[in-house]
Amino acid sequence: METSSVPTPSPGGLPPALRGILPVLIAVPVLLLFDRLLASAPFATYLLSIMGVNVILAVSLNIVNGMTGQFSIGHAGFMAVGAYVAGVLSLSFKETALSFLPVAASDQVFLVVALLAGGAAAALCGFLVGLPSLRLRGDYLAIVTLGFGEIIRVVVQNTDAFGRALGLSGIPQTSSLAMVGFWVFLVVLVARRIAYSSHGRSLWAIREDEVAAEAMGVDTTGYKVRAFVVSAFFAGIAGGLFAHFVPIINPGSFTFVKSMEIVVMVVLGGLGSTTGAIVAAVFLTLLPEALRSAFTVMGAEGSLAQKVDQIRMPVYGLLLVALMLLRPQGLFGMKEIWEVLPRWLPRRRKGLA
Amino acid sequence: MAQLLQHLINGLAAGTIYALVALGYTMVYGVLKLINFAHGDVMMVGVYMGYATAFALGRQTQKTFLGVVLIFLVAMGGCALLGFLIERFAYRPLREKPRLTALITAIGISFALSYGFQLDIGFLPGAAPRAFPEIIQPTEWLVIGDRDVVVWNWQVMSLLIAVGLMVGLQWLVFKTRFGRAMRAVSYDHRVAALMGIPTDRVIAVTFMIGSGLAAGAGLLYAIKDTSVSPLMGLYVGLKAFVAAVIGGIGHVPGAVVGALLLGLVEEFVVGYAASTWRDAVAFGILILVLLVKPGGLFGRVAAEKV
Repeated sequence: METSSVPTPSPGGLPPALRGILPVLIAVPVLLLFDRLLASAPFATYLLSIMGVNVILAVSLNIVNGMTGQFSIGHAGFMAVGAYVAGVLSLSFKETALSFLPVAASDQVFLVVALLAGGAAAALCGFLVGLPSLRLRGDYLAIVTLGFGEIIRVVVQNTDAFGRALGLSGIPQTSSLAMVGFWVFLVVLVARRIAYSSHGRSLWAIREDEVAAEAMGVDTTGYKVRAFVVSAFFAGIAGGLFAHFVPIINPGSFTFVKSMEIVVMVVLGGLGSTTGAIVAAVFLTLLPEALRSAFTVMGAEGSLAQKVDQIRMPVYGLLLVALMLLRPQGLFGMKEIWEVLPRWLPRRRKGLA
Repeated sequence: MAQLLQHLINGLAAGTIYALVALGYTMVYGVLKLINFAHGDVMMVGVYMGYATAFALGRQTQKTFLGVVLIFLVAMGGCALLGFLIERFAYRPLREKPRLTALITAIGISFALSYGFQLDIGFLPGAAPRAFPEIIQPTEWLVIGDRDVVVWNWQVMSLLIAVGLMVGLQWLVFKTRFGRAMRAVSYDHRVAALMGIPTDRVIAVTFMIGSGLAAGAGLLYAIKDTSVSPLMGLYVGLKAFVAAVIGGIGHVPGAVVGALLLGLVEEFVVGYAASTWRDAVAFGILILVLLVKPGGLFGRVAAEKV
């Protein structure tokens, strides 16, 4: 892989401190607006929420699979940990409210607490799983993460508090589009800041050549484990959000299939490209829906619409193989969208003007 | 005591089947340094080939000795061909690329096979498990006491087949010209090519042997379980991989020892704890082994060459 394409921050006109929070300052009002506008369209809200969760998952997985060059295929396991921990917490706090706040605000406080707890639990799992496998070559990580997902499934199916195979229902539906959007922006911000920090440089170095990075004094195991923990944390957050807007969560929502879906998003977008992961996540969330509606509108083949979900999975597998053979760098490679499509951003400056 | 003995026998029998699958993993890893994720799914395809052959033969012929041999031959031959095709068209073009690309391809093939076989379009069988015909009539080979301990004929058979194949593989790897070529390719495939070894052919044949073994193991598993399903490859394959890692991946007798151990542990968990925890045990062991002895029982952690 060409080393020259490691991203460099483009000089912008804003002071660095403001540049960091500017996206959030813009995003929050826009999201609140969206939330209000779509209040009467539950399906659109649901679809956008799912899309947001998928974006969080893809961007966080990209920190490990893309930036660090390790290969985790058990992201759904961390999502499950977050979903179940946050779900159980919310269920036990269902009847409580903070008396000094209005009910809606108190709900949101509890939601954030539950999400953070879920994220922390997932991060802890990430640490426990990552520590042994990241000391070894990358392929072990793939199998261990896959196995970890299975362990989570078995543990959930054998624990009464997690509802066994039936799952949890009745979790308060306190998640909103604004909340999902806020976490989307947070994960994107974190991913971008990591990529441009000295921390990120170490991750890129590990990705390009682990032996050389170690020779240069990079603490490879430490950086890999930290990247893994950050990634697992956001997967847990995504799971927690998911648990708060779907009517029921059960072990079937977090299988290997879900993990593969996220992997395909990251690989399609380009390993190491945050915007690539976002674009691929949005595309792959909408595509099955679009196909389903298209087939339903056509009407003639009613069964075809139902088959979309079935066909999706083998197609993902073939897509991975085809991508690796024909375009291993995915859509954007390691670059971001504004580097690939510079004409879309005409105010990009060149040298000293 | 009798109960313990029975669990011991069942565990060993399950372990031998894992061993046959693990041998394929370990061989391919030895030659290519690639974890062939699709190995278990190739096995699953082989079982479906055997299933189709058994049906084509009909109820009577499938139970005769010739019928059984034919079923095994078709499944193993078909799988060897499938393994050859996968190697030729998916792995070979990526051999000089970063290792990650080959790994992703392997995962993709595994996913495409295990979920492709769940469709019910054309010849694909659909997601529901199917009953595998009793091509080998289960009979009690040895009964101790008042049916305290029962040894079935298929258990003895799979143990004999596994040990036989292991000895055969050891012989192939260490006593034949082809084995010497395999070891050379494993050591350094570029230098091996310079020495006049047809590396492509060696790697292709290794893949075919591994896939054929997997099909045989899959049939034994299906006979034991009396069922066949598209996801069986994923689970059996994963456990076989765990077995290969326990023994030290790339080490042929290690894979067999690891597989027997795994089979025993699983059987004891089912027998003395709860059967629902069975699937978690293998991965718990894997993480433990990686934490304590990352090279496995017999392998060594080799420093990466630059």
